[in-house]
Amino acid sequence: MARLVLRRLALLIPTLLGLSILLFLWVRALPGGPATALLGERATPEAVARINELYGFDRPILEQYVTWIGELVRGNFGVSTRTGVPVMEEFLARFPATIELTVVALLIAIGVGIPLGYVAARHQGRALDHGTVVLSLLGVTIPVFFLAFLLKYLFAVQLGWFPSAGRIDPSMIATHPTGFYVLDGLLTREWDASWDALLHLVLPAVALGSIPLAIIARITRASVIEVQGADYVRTARAKGLRPPRLRRRVVIRNAMLPVATTIGLQVGLLLSGAVLTETVFAFNGIGSFLAEAIFALDYAVLQGFILFVAVVYALANLAVDVSYGLIDPRMRAR
Amino acid sequence: MTPVVSTGATPLLSLRDVEVTFTTEAGPATAARGVTFDVMPGETVAIVGESGSGKSTTAAAVIGLLAENGRVTAGRIVFDGQELVGQGTRAAAALRGREIGLVPQDPMSNLNPVLRVGAQIVEALEDNGVARGDAARRRAVELLEEAGLPDAARRAQQYPHEFSGGMRQRALIAMGLACRPRLLIADEPTSALDVTVQRTILDRLDVLTDQLGTAVLLITHDLGLAAERADRIVVMYRGEVVETGPALEILRTPQHEYTRRLLAAAPSLASRRIQLAKQHGTDDVDDLLAVSGGDPGTTTTPALSVVGAGDGTVTSSGPSGASAAGSPGDAGGLPDHIIEVAHVSKVFPIRGKGLFSRSTDFTAVDDVSFVIPRGQTVAIVGESGSGKSTVARMMLDLVKPTSGEIRFNGQPVGGADRAAETRFRRQVQPIFQDPYASLDPLYTIYRTIEEPLRAHGSASAAERRERVHQLMDDVALPSNLLRRYPAELSGGQRQRVAIARALALNPDLVVCDEAVSALDVIVQSQILHLLADLQHRLGLSYLFISHDLAVVRQIADHVCVMENGRIVEQGPADDVFDQPQQEYTQMLIDAIPGAGLELGLAG
Repeated sequence: MARLVLRRLALLIPTLLGLSILLFLWVRALPGGPATALLGERATPEAVARINELYGFDRPILEQYVTWIGELVRGNFGVSTRTGVPVMEEFLARFPATIELTVVALLIAIGVGIPLGYVAARHQGRALDHGTVVLSLLGVTIPVFFLAFLLKYLFAVQLGWFPSAGRIDPSMIATHPTGFYVLDGLLTREWDASWDALLHLVLPAVALGSIPLAIIARITRASVIEVQGADYVRTARAKGLRPPRLRRRVVIRNAMLPVATTIGLQVGLLLSGAVLTETVFAFNGIGSFLAEAIFALDYAVLQGFILFVAVVYALANLAVDVSYGLIDPRMRAR
Repeated sequence: MTPVVSTGATPLLSLRDVEVTFTTEAGPATAARGVTFDVMPGETVAIVGESGSGKSTTAAAVIGLLAENGRVTAGRIVFDGQELVGQGTRAAAALRGREIGLVPQDPMSNLNPVLRVGAQIVEALEDNGVARGDAARRRAVELLEEAGLPDAARRAQQYPHEFSGGMRQRALIAMGLACRPRLLIADEPTSALDVTVQRTILDRLDVLTDQLGTAVLLITHDLGLAAERADRIVVMYRGEVVETGPALEILRTPQHEYTRRLLAAAPSLASRRIQLAKQHGTDDVDDLLAVSGGDPGTTTTPALSVVGAGDGTVTSSGPSGASAAGSPGDAGGLPDHIIEVAHVSKVFPIRGKGLFSRSTDFTAVDDVSFVIPRGQTVAIVGESGSGKSTVARMMLDLVKPTSGEIRFNGQPVGGADRAAETRFRRQVQPIFQDPYASLDPLYTIYRTIEEPLRAHGSASAAERRERVHQLMDDVALPSNLLRRYPAELSGGQRQRVAIARALALNPDLVVCDEAVSALDVIVQSQILHLLADLQHRLGLSYLFISHDLAVVRQIADHVCVMENGRIVEQGPADDVFDQPQQEYTQMLIDAIPGAGLELGLAG
């Protein structure tokens, strides 16, 4: 197991190096070079030369790369060309919101998707099963932003059960040591702040989690149906196992392997989906910042974001592989 | 294994006119009807029949584990005075594990892969209220020991994938007997295991159930095995009981036509070379195939078949004349041996377990040499892990030997020459064990058989069609099956398709890797006859890989016995079977179920 984790972590290094080379070349390949991209097409040659010197774009390409990587390793992602603030600072201010949203969305997707899929499988071919299948098909087909609008209109505007926008009530006075608002409230014992932040999370998280939820439910259903027909399930019944133990130790545990794979694959989807959801709910995460960075070709921000997503994705899938080992002893030897 | 059954005692299990019906899309299908028999306390009763005969369905009905679309639609099942039919699922559920145990068929698929073996016994003990916690854990180890698992305390902490097939079956026996049931249903408990392992496990089961006074309902397709192990036999055919009585009586004086066919086909009982006297293309008697003494009581005169005594004569007698095309079978200058294997070894590296540990070498095949005479059948027998399948794969050029050489028609196999490789692939064709897995489920039968013709062929569509129809004739399949898919065919039909496919390109050598092991005895016997017939007509040479000595005896001219990667004995089949030189060979022969039984087919 330790061997697996080490090997996978070691594999992360060449992956990130490869990605960094792509990102580095990408910026250099921008039309007119990075300086023109920064200053706009009507920049004077003098201004371009000044920028090139300032950012080192006139140095040999290999030297530029080594310098850049050296800075990255020290946590310096450069300065946002749009806001003039260091990229790291911008990220620290916004990423916690996005991570909070993503984690809650994933928890909802897992917490609802797996039981839903299981129940559907148990009622295979009956109304409950068909209902779940249709619902999950709907979940996959409805675009996230549209569902976000629907939820907002219904539960925030019409029913008023949940706040319609933002991360926390503006009138709420709370300190935020980590930037994860729900966690902050718990740390500082400001329970009302925690609760309010959680309420603000519900609708965006449901909207964001809908697609992964639908996919997880479908995979769970298919997997449980398959496992239910396995010989060892019949044998377990033959030896007189009571239904609770049969469910827990035989059916569910064996059915979870493909589900774990699916969950790992959803993480990347969630991060990119977060951008849309955040926009609808005016949720001050990385989403809107990133959208603006794209339009402004704020390459330092984009490079940092892409690298970050790659690391998160790789770690999420490492977590999945580790969970394989926990679920299935046959995987541990690999 | 002869428990005292006092006459007039109440049966432990009693079935009366039981009918089991499955609801299918095509309407109700009756899988068993009018099934009537008793099992006395402590008695062993065997239900014998081919797949689809309803024997497993009957057992499933007793234990309340029919598939969801099946139910008992008539009759009574009484266990220890308690009526089980119509009592809902709870009545049977209460008996499962505690009163009625089950040892299932396939040890590979019947253990929960994610739980330690010990824990799987503990949970049965706990859920049946026999023992809890530490007591249950200690008991589980005792039960594994009792089932004959060595080093049980350590083994209980391992997972199923760390067990061999035989060890898993022992674990399943420990599980089935964990709560000391009064009836044990053993559903083909050893059919997936090697004969030697099969024997030790059945012996163990006998001793245990004897000691505990457990009644056994043994489900098997093997009449020899049933006769050897059971007090009474129930023969089922197409969902009905056709004959029932004391085991030896059924063996000696079978009443029903089907029982007679079953007896005649049972490889363990009719162990003689399939004879093709009527097809003798020549009177040359190959001295390797010297006639051995007749077995009193068998109708089949054990006059040995002569197949392929001389190359040209046999080949030319093929009515289809197919073997001549594209094959050098009748060319004069070819060596007498179609295959020569000289000092072949295969070493596989096995990855180390630790982080930095080195890989170790595993020698799967160790300095093996033999030849296949043209037009004859050489069988390689051995237990799983003996290296016989690796030999087959090297013969098909799917695996390269680590050292040594295989020559086909005098030419070394596995050269760099692409054209030679293509030619080799045409001339050597495989037939694999599992007719369910080795045919593409998305191809029609026509396309399956036509595919090799397309892949290698220059033939036109019309020529291909004609060839496919001819091949269907050769394997005795009606051509109306051509539009069907493999899933719509029976196991025997599928294996015929696999044979037709293998023959499509007029091969010289067919490698049969356990080609009949997955089939019922009667179908098995038919396929073996077909193979023998085709060999005679087309001058084919066979390499026949099998763990089943009884089958080998029926088809092989020469036998190589493999153990741990080495050939420990080889020679003409009759010599090997009648005067085995090695203890290991003797052990394999002794392990054939029913080998010591005499039977009356004469009547």
